[in-house]
Order: sequence, then structure tokens, then C-alpha cells
Amino acid sequence: MQAAIAVENVSHKFDERVALDGITLQVMPGEMYGLLGPNGGGKTTLFRMLCTMLPPDHGTIRLLGKNAAANAVRAHIGVVFQHPSLDVRLTVLENLRHQGHLYGLKGRPLSQRIEEVLDMMALADRAKDRIEILSGGLQRRVELCKSLLHRPQILIFDEPCTGLDPGARRGFWDDLDILRRTYGTTLVLTTHFIEEAERCDRIGILDRGQLIAEGTPAALKRTVGCEVITLETRDPKGLQLQIEKVAGRDVQIIDGQVRIACDEGQQLLAQLYPLLRENVQAMTLSVPTLEDVFVQRTGHGFHVEDQ
Amino acid sequence: MRMAFWLPVVSLWRRELVRFARDRNRLFGAIGQPLVFWLLLGAGFEKSFAPLGISSGYLEYIYPGILLLILLFTAIFSTISVIEDRREGFMQSVLVAPVSRTGLVLGKVLGGGTLAFLESLVFLVFLAFLDIPISIASLGMTLIFLAILGIGLTALGFAIAWQASSTAGFHAVMTLFLFPLWVLSGAFFPAEGASRWLAYLMAINPLTYGMDGLRQSLYLTTSDANTHLWFCVIISVAFAALTLSAAVWQVCRKEK
Repeated sequence: MQAAIAVENVSHKFDERVALDGITLQVMPGEMYGLLGPNGGGKTTLFRMLCTMLPPDHGTIRLLGKNAAANAVRAHIGVVFQHPSLDVRLTVLENLRHQGHLYGLKGRPLSQRIEEVLDMMALADRAKDRIEILSGGLQRRVELCKSLLHRPQILIFDEPCTGLDPGARRGFWDDLDILRRTYGTTLVLTTHFIEEAERCDRIGILDRGQLIAEGTPAALKRTVGCEVITLETRDPKGLQLQIEKVAGRDVQIIDGQVRIACDEGQQLLAQLYPLLRENVQAMTLSVPTLEDVFVQRTGHGFHVEDQ
Repeated sequence: MRMAFWLPVVSLWRRELVRFARDRNRLFGAIGQPLVFWLLLGAGFEKSFAPLGISSGYLEYIYPGILLLILLFTAIFSTISVIEDRREGFMQSVLVAPVSRTGLVLGKVLGGGTLAFLESLVFLVFLAFLDIPISIASLGMTLIFLAILGIGLTALGFAIAWQASSTAGFHAVMTLFLFPLWVLSGAFFPAEGASRWLAYLMAINPLTYGMDGLRQSLYLTTSDANTHLWFCVIISVAFAALTLSAAVWQVCRKEK
């Protein structure tokens, strides 16, 4: 099967700053692929390349077998930007009509498509409202309608849930489910929210321009181990040394906390208990998250701004 | 093919008009300031300023200059939104659509140009208070100049706004480049009375010929066969073609 998206050895620099460094990844048709990473990790640069706005310095990007730099590709992809791209002074209907015209749709076929997407997103009764009076969640839904009008085979999102309240976020994910069921569209999204990445079929983790891990969320978490112990202490360095001496394990310090990935957390905690009782304010035993995967691979915390 | 090119152009053009119609502040914004300028400067200099070769007062001398100023202001107002629009707004979705870059520029510039033209039409009402004899020929020629200059100035605004990184930067260009371009077009004072170096600057300013053409058109009578007027038309059309090309070139440039 031909990949819907094939990124091959892509590197890019802005002046001297390396934004992407040898990225290779593939997205299969119908898949939901998440690009997870902290701000400044290279997600936005890759996003702009995928939506044909930025040609890479090195390497190639093929969408549906065609070079992403070619104008012909644009008719087959839909893009939902992080910043709203709706004209707030126009109504929902006017925005959608305009969007249709950009893709060469007009007249009855366009009206039918508009009706179809508005029905699917349950927006039919808001068609005549101006965008400026709609809530943030509804505006997002109109954005989604807008990107769907020309029935793209690939839909690309940049930070889709930024700025949405929790209710609207849940609604957005429900919308995506409807979309996948109806059209089987290939979805790619960038995100810095761990919970969002968890919902994807497969994710790639970007840090400092490199793809540091790729796979299904479950498989990635298994690589960390079954459990993670997190310890809060006043002297992380000292504790790290002591634990390494007693248990002979690899211990990390992340954001001032001591962290141990292991398979038998309870036993290990029991073994270390005499040591911890003296030195530790709080201890947590949890199943690993994608954040732990990130921490394990990079040796630094997810929410620490780089540079 | 033809259809595919014009559909987005017309759609972008329409959007400019609809937005404008829904924003009353803009209607008065672009006319209000030039109107105040006209009344204050015109009445203020009425007697003390006697332009060479023109027997009328200053209020009449500066009138076509104010028409040009309205075109310039409307052009600036309608293109300034491009700065944010293309990074964080409406233009983003146009850029990823299968729309030719030339079409994008044409739609936006024709839209802004139409608005500039319409605003200057409103100002033509004040002709009634001036002692300028109006004929079909003079009115027709004036409208042609207003249309060409409106498009040229909007395209210029677009080309500048596209590469501006902030609205503040655009304002700087406006005060240091666009406004002087207007002052040195003969809108404010004739080249004949200016210092020599300034007169040179005015001679190489393409807007000088637009301004001159506009002024001549207002006083045009059917018996005139004026080669200079046609020279002004050619320079103005060339100016519009050049600024349009600059705008298309900006949009096609590789993103940074």
C-alpha cells in the first residue's frame, strides 16, 4: 500500500538555527498520526511543509505520491490552522462559499457540499450567523467544515485543541471520529498535549528537530517499562546516588524530581522504603505516560522550554 | 482553465466589498481625514498660496491632491490587514488552496482598488462647490485615472504589507515612504516653485504623473488633444503594472 504521506530525510534551517534534522516518517491511508513535541521542537516547521507552505531545504515530502511542493497536491489536502482562518465579519455560509470557490466548487454542487458538512457537524441552524457571534468551540467546528468541503484525502491540523475549553475539546474529538467513520480520511495533527497524542493510532515524538521515537502510544509506553516511580525530595542528586548504590538501577532527575522506570514498582518501593522514609516528601507509583517516553529518550522534561 | 482562474479572484474581490459594507468606520475613516485636510489646508492657504499658472485659490488647487490622498488611505486601510491575515488569519487558507498566486493578488488588489475608487467617487460630490466646469470628457477621464491609480496604490500597499513583519513596521513605511510619495506628487505644491533638488525628486516620482493626469482630466475640454495627458496615462498604467508585479513576486517568494 502506498503511504498517504512520505517524509524522507527532511532537514531545514532558519538562518543558523536547525529546525528539522533528518526526519523520515510515513503515514498510511486512513491512519491518525500525531506529531508530539514541546514548543520549538520542529512540529510547526514540519506542519508548514506538509501543508505545502514551506519547501524543505533538504529531503522530499510526498503527499499521495506527489511532491508536496506541487500545486496539484493542494486540491487533495485540507488544513486546519492553529489560528482561526475564518473571516469573522462574514457568516458561516459566506465563509464556506468562499472556501468552495477557492477549490473550484460553485453553484448546486457547492450548496450540496455545504449542506452535507453543516449537517455532519450539526451546524445547519447556525449557517446564517456571523462568525464573530459564535463560541470558540463552534468556530473550530466551522473551521473543520471549511477544511472538509472539497473532501480532502488528507487532513492536517496544527494544535487543534489549543484555546478550547474541555467541553469543546471532547466535542472536537467526537467530530474527528465522525469524520473518520464517514470518509476514512487520513489525519495528521501536531500537538504538545500528551492526552491528545494518546488518542492517535501512531505518533512521532519530535525534539530539537529530531524524531526521537515513533510507534503506537501503547508500544512506546511499553519501552519505558511497566511502571514509573516519581520521588519529590530536597536533595535529588544525593538521593539519586543512594538509590543507584542500593538498587543498582538507572535513576534520572527530571525537573527536580527523581524518576525510576521499572517493571515491579511495589517491590522496588518496598526495598527502598527505609531510605525514602528519611529523605522524601512525596512518592508516586504510576503507569508510564508518553511524557515518560519523552523523558526517557531525551533526558529532559517535556515542558522545559529549550534554548 | 479560465473559469478556474477567475472564480477565486471574484470571490476574493467580493469578500473585500462585503467586509467594507459591514464596517461603517472604514467608510468614514478613509474620507474623514482627507476631508479635514482639505478644508483646513485649503481654507488656510486660500489667499497666501497662489500656485504658478493656476488662477484659482488653494482650495481648488489641492482638491485633486485630496482625491489622490483618499485613494492612498483606502489602499492602506484595505491592505494593512494582510500583515496579520497571512500568518494568523484568513489568508492562510487561501495559501494552501489550489489558487494561483497571481489570482490571489488580483482578487485582493482589485477588491481594495474598487473600494478606493468608490471612496474617491464620494469625494467628487464636492466638485459642486468648486468652480470647475465638468464635461463628460473630463469626468470620464477623471474616473479612468482614479481607477488606475486606485489599483496601483492598492498593489503597492499589498506588496509592502506582505513582507512587513508587524503593523508598526507598516506604519513606519507609511510615514517615511507612502506619505512623502503623495506630498511629492504635486498634490500639495507644484514642482515649478520647489527647490531644484525637490523638483528632481518630484520628476522621478511616478505618482507625479498620476497626479498631473488627474488634475488635467478635471479641467479637460473635448477640444483638447493633449499628448502630455496620454503620457500621464501610460506612466500611471506602467506604475500599476509594476506594483502588481511586485505584489505577485512577493507572494511567490520562498517563505521564511
